[in-house]
Amino acid sequence: MLGALIIVFREVIEAGLIVGIVLAVTRGVPGRGLHVAAGLAAGLLGATLVAVFAGELADAFAGAGQEIFNAGVLALAVVMLAWHNIWMASHGREMAANLKSVGAAVAEGSRTLTALSIVVAVAVLREGSEVVLFLYGIVASGAAGFHELLLGGMIGLASGALLSALMFLGLVAIPARHLFRVTTALITFLAAGMAAQCVVFLQQAGYVTALSRTVWDTSSVLPDDSLPGRVLHTLFGYVDQPSGMQLAVYLSALIVIFVATKLASPQRASRKQVSMA
Amino acid sequence: MKTARISAVFLTSALFAAPAMAQQVQLTLKDHKFSPAQPHAPANHAFTIVVKNLDATAAEFESKTLRVEKVVAPGGEITMQIRPLNAGRYHFFDDFHQDTTEGELVVE
Repeated sequence: MLGALIIVFREVIEAGLIVGIVLAVTRGVPGRGLHVAAGLAAGLLGATLVAVFAGELADAFAGAGQEIFNAGVLALAVVMLAWHNIWMASHGREMAANLKSVGAAVAEGSRTLTALSIVVAVAVLREGSEVVLFLYGIVASGAAGFHELLLGGMIGLASGALLSALMFLGLVAIPARHLFRVTTALITFLAAGMAAQCVVFLQQAGYVTALSRTVWDTSSVLPDDSLPGRVLHTLFGYVDQPSGMQLAVYLSALIVIFVATKLASPQRASRKQVSMA
Repeated sequence: MKTARISAVFLTSALFAAPAMAQQVQLTLKDHKFSPAQPHAPANHAFTIVVKNLDATAAEFESKTLRVEKVVAPGGEITMQIRPLNAGRYHFFDDFHQDTTEGELVVE
């Protein structure tokens, strides 16, 4: 039971933290509940499919199917997160420039809602398929009674959801004028961490071999499989033994998204107008 | 049309074929035990690890120090590319059965 509890809890917090951030980011946007629910449902369906076809997936692309799949969905999530950040930054400018365009902007906003529901789906898909495989394994091997397994899984799910809810409540407690800045930063870190994780899969498949040396080892201080380590891993991409390439991709993604968001933000535009005047 | 498809297949396999490697470490999983539990590999050379799962349940081969994480379906086989390593001992385990299923790669 404890095994089921721990593994479900572990995977749920990783997906749950991302769902919590998406919910906080989209607070007050019409139709966001439907989009997040659609993302969850698509992710769960995808997770089950990935679990059922795990063998076929592993054999695809000369044995690198799993890596290509994982790297692909992570890259998709990175692009969606970056796009959301950049679009939100310029959206603010549009609204400030012309109040009449707000109606159009809200309609337009459903487009980044779709991007965020894809991010939710990807998070649930990745973490969920492991849970399905693991739980199915327990049932198949008869290692634990079905009820015990179910109970462990339920407690894991509930505590993971609770932690994610705390994250969400913590975020929405931030005053509205700061919330945008905080969630923009969070999404930038989230995306950079996913980009670095994407590199790990490409290294594992043998496509990326440069800069493979470990840069630091903090596994004795803060192992990334401990609870705080996992939360930091999900939110900021913390890894206790990163390779040089992971670090390089992490920093590049961070800088690129940060700069692109800054360039699109209204503060810059108004400063330009001031200097022109 | 047919030639186009064939060349597309060639292109795909050229893009996605893992580089051929001289060294390979072979592991099997049976009754939730790795065999051998203490494989050896040469230091400072890239190599591959192949894991064959003979159990009826899925496993996830994982090692933090080797930086790999890959699901092995029941009866399935996986291959992973490992970077050139310093001499030392590298712990690995089945993430789905962490308490019973582990081993150590000896690099020298």
